[in-house]
Amino acid sequence: MNWEIVIGLETHVELATQSKVFCGCSTAFGAPPNTLCCPVCLGLPGALPVLNKQAVELSVKAALALNCTVTPVSRFDRKNYFYPDLPKAYQISQLYAPLARNGQVELPGGKQVHIRELHLEEDAGKLHHSDDHTAIDYNRCGVPLVEIVTAPDLASGEEAVAYLEQLRSTLQYLGVSDCRMEQGSLRCDVNLSVRPAGCSELGTRTELKNLGSLRAVRLACEYEAQRQIAILESGGQVRCQTCRWDEDARRTVPMRDKEQVGDYRYFPDPDLPPLVIGDDLLTRLRREQPELAHEKCRRYAHDWQLSEYDCSILTAQRGLADYFERVVALGAPPKQAANWIMGQVLRRVSADGLEVEQIPMTAHALASLIRLVEDETINRNTAVEVFDATFTGGDPVEYVQAHHLEQTDNVEQVSTVVEEILAQNRKSVEDWLAGKEKAAGFLVGQAMRALGGRAKPALVGDLVRQLLERERS
Amino acid sequence: MNQLFEMTALELACAIARGEVLRDDAIHAALAACTAHGKQLNTFISLTSAAQPDQSVSPLSGVPMAVKDNICMTRSRTTCASRMLEHFVSPYTATAAEKLLSAGAFCVGKTNMDEFAIGSTSETSYFGPVKNPWNPEYSPGGSSGGSAAAVASGQVWYALGSDTGGSIRHPAACCGVTGMKPTYGSVSRYGLVSYASSFDQIGPIARDAADCAAVLDIIRGHDERDSTSLPGPYLPLSPQLTGEMRGIRIGIPDVYFDQRVDEPTRRALLTCADALRERGAVVEPCHADGLENAVHAYYVLACAQASSNLARYDGVRYGCRGSDAHDVQELFAHSRSLGFGREVKRRILLGTHLLSGENYETYYRKSVAVRQQVEDTFRALWQNYDLLLTPVLPAPPPKLGQEVNDPVALYHEDRYVACANLAGLPALSMPCGLRDEGLPIGAQLIGPRMSDGTLLNAAFSFQQETDWHRRHPPIFGLGGDAT
Repeated sequence: MNWEIVIGLETHVELATQSKVFCGCSTAFGAPPNTLCCPVCLGLPGALPVLNKQAVELSVKAALALNCTVTPVSRFDRKNYFYPDLPKAYQISQLYAPLARNGQVELPGGKQVHIRELHLEEDAGKLHHSDDHTAIDYNRCGVPLVEIVTAPDLASGEEAVAYLEQLRSTLQYLGVSDCRMEQGSLRCDVNLSVRPAGCSELGTRTELKNLGSLRAVRLACEYEAQRQIAILESGGQVRCQTCRWDEDARRTVPMRDKEQVGDYRYFPDPDLPPLVIGDDLLTRLRREQPELAHEKCRRYAHDWQLSEYDCSILTAQRGLADYFERVVALGAPPKQAANWIMGQVLRRVSADGLEVEQIPMTAHALASLIRLVEDETINRNTAVEVFDATFTGGDPVEYVQAHHLEQTDNVEQVSTVVEEILAQNRKSVEDWLAGKEKAAGFLVGQAMRALGGRAKPALVGDLVRQLLERERS
Repeated sequence: MNQLFEMTALELACAIARGEVLRDDAIHAALAACTAHGKQLNTFISLTSAAQPDQSVSPLSGVPMAVKDNICMTRSRTTCASRMLEHFVSPYTATAAEKLLSAGAFCVGKTNMDEFAIGSTSETSYFGPVKNPWNPEYSPGGSSGGSAAAVASGQVWYALGSDTGGSIRHPAACCGVTGMKPTYGSVSRYGLVSYASSFDQIGPIARDAADCAAVLDIIRGHDERDSTSLPGPYLPLSPQLTGEMRGIRIGIPDVYFDQRVDEPTRRALLTCADALRERGAVVEPCHADGLENAVHAYYVLACAQASSNLARYDGVRYGCRGSDAHDVQELFAHSRSLGFGREVKRRILLGTHLLSGENYETYYRKSVAVRQQVEDTFRALWQNYDLLLTPVLPAPPPKLGQEVNDPVALYHEDRYVACANLAGLPALSMPCGLRDEGLPIGAQLIGPRMSDGTLLNAAFSFQQETDWHRRHPPIFGLGGDAT
């Protein structure tokens, strides 16, 4: 029996706002517990929510970039349930009239993933469990989240990861979120079911939680699909439940029956007026939308004939793409700039533990280094030496001059050496005169060696040819 | 000393400003009255320590007042008359209270009330019932019973109450004082412990309309911290109290003047209508379809919102925490079972039920539609009338301990007042009579949104013509003793 895997994803993304969604507390990560709180996000008696405009803008930016239709008048609803990390015992979310609907994401390869909805809501606090007690940190409570729900369009763990990578790239490019799974600013829950290939009905699904990395998403999908297939193939039924992904054991573990989750008793939050998104805002945000990764890829390939591989590396992070484009704008040939960035720059970024936004070598410096190689002032080996020396600061041109690293273009000096080489290698000269082209190359190489590699190859080549021609006559 | 008590808040503030009365004397008088009546009437939950009031100048500077104990203040507990918040001290002060303090008000203490403002008798308080100053065997009405009783007995010159389904107007009527619920959104709810967010409003309870206007002029206004706060403009109310009523048309809706209204109330209301006519207003019966279901829709929506607003009291961060819990669910259940009284539990369970599953459509959404109908009905009435005149309650307040076992009967009595909350309209109660057994009767005036000035002017005008608002219960002030 052939089986089809059907996956839908619910992704929560923390918005990169300065303050929380309904109060002015900071959203900074890593502060001491319960230091970024106020009566509003703690749900103290009498406190009331006030909507953060920046959170709305970032949500709308995300919605537009994901090709969604923005709801002109959306509303906030209360999702009521009891849990210690939820101070008001309800979460302000959007159910009946979410901010945006019906978007899509295109995966590499062309597959369209339909986005059912995108809405704004507030985050809960964090529980820290110990042996004999649980501590609660409310710093995260009230941080703005955008929830993005796909249709069950994904067919494998790989596709799920491809979707998440695309989503992450888009949201990072927009500055909507830093989308770091390890910090919790991107969280993903998977809804997965299986069905016989070709069948149109959906099977019973399970919900997978606690996926801390893209790798975990892929592994969990693969595991759960196999688990469900095994059950069905042996004649059993899949139970509708929520499962936790156990990273160490590499398996899914049931958390609770989905039926028991209960009724959230959603109703419109009477403390907040309807959220009106005007055409002015939409027009401005559309206009301000930056070029996204896949758009850059297309442009790099079309304008500069860069390979798909090169494009994908360069556009993986907006900071790197911006850097690359600045270097090219300063006159560096795109291919050269790409090579230097993908090679030497990323090597140092990794070795020095940097973010791409922290590359200390200015675009100007890299561009001038590339120019030095292009006009043969220095050769490639020397260039790498100069790069390493000036990566953290300093001007490559000055460095080359100060250390006398230039390849000489002094015709007299080079001629003298070439004459000596020709004199010392009469056999090769004879060979060349007899028609062996390779002999010229050999003579150039010898001359270069004699010059310690510090001469413009073109000049050496020209002079060798000239002197050889003189021999002929 | 008794002269002090006879003054209204505005008169006292003037006397203080002119140096005829010292601020401290007024404070001592207030505290003396509190001591004299405190235990007997049980009006206060906390008395604040005698901190010096702000020296700022306003029409109410230096006047002792009280604040209902569901309005947060940093200088005292805010208990909401509940075991759940018995020891709770808020880290911030409500906007409305803050404005009064900045205007030189002196807060004597936090007044007793129905638990979490849920009730109309002020009997459901964890700290014991409030007693009616006119006859302590009777309820003072609710839920702002403590505030109304404190004003009626002369313990303070005015007080803040809150009104969700009549909780300012009802006790004002039962205690023979003037109380007003302003237009929804005109007084910030920031710091008012939420019961039903769509209906809650803070408002003044005072000796007369002029005092109410003076208080409202201070506490009204847009507040960024309350997203339901109206932007304005807010024209001062006090200058609108001219006493001029010619050209004002007042309707008496037949639905609120039916056979359920008892004879004394009916007579008092008709006399009130006559007095308003004397002042130049046209007062006539009117017909309005679409108000009969207002109180039902009110209760559905209020219970539902209450069940959500009171869910935060779970014993985790503050408040009453139950013991012997083995897991989190038990912790919640024990804390809330211990912390809440019967009526609060009843409303929470009702509200939870009304929001569950299909009931949301059947009850909540339907009530939202009824609410819209009620607003439409009022809008049609405002085509022909500037104000409406109705009873506040159809009968005397119950004797303490009497009707606690029949909650639905009590709910029905709210039909006269709850409609104004449902439609967000300003409404006030003013004393207009006394029963044979010595209990006051109140008349309600309702107006369109932002007609608070017109409303207060009508009450002011009525109070030029009559003296019900100057009648006091026997224990008023220091019980009639000279200093």
